[in-house]
Amino acid sequence: MSLSKKEIDGLLQLISLTKNEEINCEQCLSSVSEFAELELMGRSPSDALKAVEHHLSICTECHEEYSLLKNAIRKMNG
Amino acid sequence: MKRDNKLWLTHLRSEGAVQHQALSDLRSALIYNLRGAVWNGALVDDAFIEDAVQDSIIRILNRLKQFEGRSQFLTWATSISIRVAISELRRRRWKDISLDELISDVSLVPEKAVDTSPEPNILREREAIIGIMYSLIQNSLTEKQRSALLAELKEMPQDEIARHIGSNRNAIYKLTHDARKRLKKGLEDVGYKMTDIQTIFAN
Repeated sequence: MSLSKKEIDGLLQLISLTKNEEINCEQCLSSVSEFAELELMGRSPSDALKAVEHHLSICTECHEEYSLLKNAIRKMNG
Repeated sequence: MKRDNKLWLTHLRSEGAVQHQALSDLRSALIYNLRGAVWNGALVDDAFIEDAVQDSIIRILNRLKQFEGRSQFLTWATSISIRVAISELRRRRWKDISLDELISDVSLVPEKAVDTSPEPNILREREAIIGIMYSLIQNSLTEKQRSALLAELKEMPQDEIARHIGSNRNAIYKLTHDARKRLKKGLEDVGYKMTDIQTIFAN
C-alpha cells in the first residue's frame, strides 16, 4: 500500500516547513507556557519564541499539548 | 494562599509545614487544571488524574531550577502535567500496535494517477515529485530515519516510536528532523524549490 494522498501532502508540508535548526520537544516544553500566555493576551511572540511557534507547526504532539494548555489557562483565568 | 512566582519557588524549596502546604496547593491546582484540560469521562477518571498529578509534581520539583519566571508558575507547572497525562493516554491508546506492523505494508513504489482532477501536466509533475520523494526515502535515509518518519506519517506518537526503537521523544524528533532535512535537500538538488512543490500540490 502506497502512502495516501493525505500522508503525502502531510509529508510535503513537513518538508517545506523544515529548517536547518529546530528546537526539540523538551526545549518547546520549557517555553510553551510563556508562548501560550502571550498568545492569549494577543501579543506577538518574541524572536526567541519564534522557534516555539515553528516547532508547534511541525510537531503534532506538542501542538496537541499546547492546545490543551491554552484551554487550561482560559479556565484558570476564569 | 495566593502566591507569585517567587513565593511558589521559595515555599516549594523550603521545608516542613510551609513546603507541605505549597505542595498541597500545587496538587489541588494541578488536579483542577488537568481535569479541565483532559477530562473525557471514558479514558480519564479521578484515579488517572491523581496519578498524573503525582508524577507531574515529582517532575516539577526536579525541574524547579529550569523555571525562569517567564510565565506564571502554575501555567508552567500545568504544561508539564499535561505532557505527563497526555503521554500516558497516548501510551494506552497505542500499546497494542507494533511499529513493524504499522509500516510493513507501506510500499514506496509510485503509483500512476495520483489524482484525477488536475491538468495532465500538473499530474505528471506530482507523480515525478512523489517518485523522487519515494526514492529519497528508500535510498537517502537510514533505516531508523525511514521507520520513524513513516510511523509518524501513520500518526504514531513520538513517545511510542521511541519505545519501539529504544529511544526517547527528543531523539526521535532529531531523527525525523534529520530525515526531513535530507528529503528537502534531495528535492532541492534536483531543482524543486519548496514554493514550487506547494504550488504543484495546491488543491
